[in-house]
Amino acid sequence: MSTVINIQPVTRIEGHAKLSITLDDAGNVADTKFHVQTLRGFEKFCEGRPVEEMPRTVCHICGICPWAHHLASSKAADACFGVTPPPTAVKLRRLMQSIAYVSDKILHFYFLAAPDFVIGPDADYGVRNVVGIVQAAPDIAKQVVHMRHLGAQMLEGFAGRAIHPTFSVPGGVSKPLTETERQKMLPSARELLEFSKFTIKFAKENVFPKYLDAIKSIGVIDVGCLGTVRDDGALDFYDGKLRMMKTDGSYEDFAYDDYLDYIGEWVEPWSYQKFPYAKKWGQFNMSPENPEGVYRVNCLARINVADKMATPLAQAELDEFRATFGRPARYTLLYHYARLIELLQAAETVVELLNDPEITGTDIRVPVTAKEGRGVGCVEAPRGTLIHDYECDGDGLITKLNMIVGTTHNNAAINLSVNQAAREVIKGGKYDQGILNRVEMAVRSYDP
Amino acid sequence: MAVNVVEDWLNACSGCEISILNIGDPLLDLLPEINFVHITALVDHKFFGQTGDGTVMEIPEAVVGIVSGGVRNEEQKHELEEIRKKTKFLISLGSCAAYGGVPAQANMWKNEEVFEKVFRQCSSSTPASDPDDPNVPKWTPTCAAIDEVVNVDIKIPGCPPHPDWIAEAVTSLLQGKTSWSLPERSVCDTCPVIRLQKSGGGPVKRWLENMEFDPEEGLEKMRCINEQGFLCMGPVTLAGCAGKTGVPRCVQARTPCRGCFGPIRKGVQPMVDMMGALSSVGLDPKSILDRRALMNRYTGGHGNLRVLPARPVK
Repeated sequence: MSTVINIQPVTRIEGHAKLSITLDDAGNVADTKFHVQTLRGFEKFCEGRPVEEMPRTVCHICGICPWAHHLASSKAADACFGVTPPPTAVKLRRLMQSIAYVSDKILHFYFLAAPDFVIGPDADYGVRNVVGIVQAAPDIAKQVVHMRHLGAQMLEGFAGRAIHPTFSVPGGVSKPLTETERQKMLPSARELLEFSKFTIKFAKENVFPKYLDAIKSIGVIDVGCLGTVRDDGALDFYDGKLRMMKTDGSYEDFAYDDYLDYIGEWVEPWSYQKFPYAKKWGQFNMSPENPEGVYRVNCLARINVADKMATPLAQAELDEFRATFGRPARYTLLYHYARLIELLQAAETVVELLNDPEITGTDIRVPVTAKEGRGVGCVEAPRGTLIHDYECDGDGLITKLNMIVGTTHNNAAINLSVNQAAREVIKGGKYDQGILNRVEMAVRSYDP
Repeated sequence: MAVNVVEDWLNACSGCEISILNIGDPLLDLLPEINFVHITALVDHKFFGQTGDGTVMEIPEAVVGIVSGGVRNEEQKHELEEIRKKTKFLISLGSCAAYGGVPAQANMWKNEEVFEKVFRQCSSSTPASDPDDPNVPKWTPTCAAIDEVVNVDIKIPGCPPHPDWIAEAVTSLLQGKTSWSLPERSVCDTCPVIRLQKSGGGPVKRWLENMEFDPEEGLEKMRCINEQGFLCMGPVTLAGCAGKTGVPRCVQARTPCRGCFGPIRKGVQPMVDMMGALSSVGLDPKSILDRRALMNRYTGGHGNLRVLPARPVK
């Protein structure tokens, strides 16, 4: 008789999910599923709302990456109304996004992922968590809390809010950065950069080497990648063209407005989350032996598609990473490593933008008039490529809305990684909480 | 001795949990006093046993339960009822739990209309039947605030609630108090802008242009947002978004208040009161497109937003 193992909830992730692992008579893995159990319906209830209200409504989709939704939505609204924000406004949007990125990555690495690596995957769940980290490494924990607070203070001190912001608006932003505010932010930015440098060094010396076997065995799959690059091929979080890379490293670039030609979404009866796939590649299937049309997003995919990083320290890290793991790198647990390379780019970008003379400019919003139109906005959210696509009527009220959010792109890849990890660690009916946690570690890599 | 706490998010975005982590340095003092027996965001306790072989959802006993998010599906409803049974004090955290929150805007449609759109009318999706596997919980008839389902002892509203209030409410429970609430003040009561009780009149301006202000000067030198002609929900919204010391957060960003802390007290009619506030400074509140949703952006539970009879097509 087959057995079904229900891991619910999947923990230390940012949503509601359940894993079901079906074992056959011999106790080997016959099937696995990653079920996303909630649906809120933003695509419907945003209909009829004024376009200019979208950036400060859809940020509520995600409390961890509200800035990503806020900015993708602002870009879609800019496009609906046919306006281009002034350069200073774009830089201020980028600044806020980069600060939010730093906070986000520190949070994931230390609070959500580290318990598996610092406390250990087999440790009792009572200590395999942030409280365990606080006890095991109190000095680092203190720093992490401080750095997260610093990031939140930078966002709040200038833009009022760290979570669910209102700062970005169609046509630009709501206020300029004064010289006083800039001076106040700079020391914090430098502190965050130093801590980012410490973090990647700490991880390379103390964390990743211990888990090389796990990195090479848990959740490993061979699928495509999607991310945003500038014209010069450098990784960009705010704007650029989309690059879709096949497993052999060949790729095609396209404008994000054309995403419908490249990306389709599939629905399965066992998950509220859809399954985006590479439409251009033909078929979609999630068979573990021969998946088709599956790609992934988020940091590992981004550093794979990018020719280079946009900042010098991050570039040095990418060189070192590629020398060891190649391009495209395939091991799923390397998401943790890639996340820290991006952390460095984000922290460097914050300092760079604060030193940009244009950042304190006062031309921050162009006039906007409501009119009929369609606009696609796209940014790289911490969790992956984020697409907002709005259509509105002559009053500027939303008539149609489509979104593909970061983790949704990863749905098929997460399912494949779960399947691979379960087959790898569960054999002959033998499993315990530590083994099941290893399956969850495959999920956590994607930071869903 | 540490107090057992159960925390979970229901129909939520995790912003409330991030706000807990944003408590800052006091978090490290608070953590040793709290024993999280369940918190999906941070600790690997499972509902169906650590090896996934249980058949009944198991919520550990705890002194304090903290729940963010509204109730959107049958499983969330069941989990909430279990948490209520197992905890002495139940805290609703955030405006989704308190009022339904932004996702309760879905209450303006029938459930089948939402599913029709999501699974059959999105431009990138291949149309399909609604997911119906037992592992995807069925939607409840509406997106509800949690006090529509169970009794709640303490409400900490906000989207998200300010860390000051989370720390204060939890600390007061740890010290043996049994209640906590924010003072009944409006956002305007804590807003330093200049008010002259009049505006330029006419229709309410849409958020298509910035306010007039001097960025080098503080909010005490800026004119009231309603009086500048925009919709600001400050007059009818509970104060507290900036914690114990700050000025209203959205206003600090030189943007209008969205109303995220909800009504100032139970039983008021914020939409009526807001339209009155706009009229009192000479603006025409009926000029606001989509005012039902805008004025109930966070408060669609408790029947505030519901399906209206179809209007004739223009």
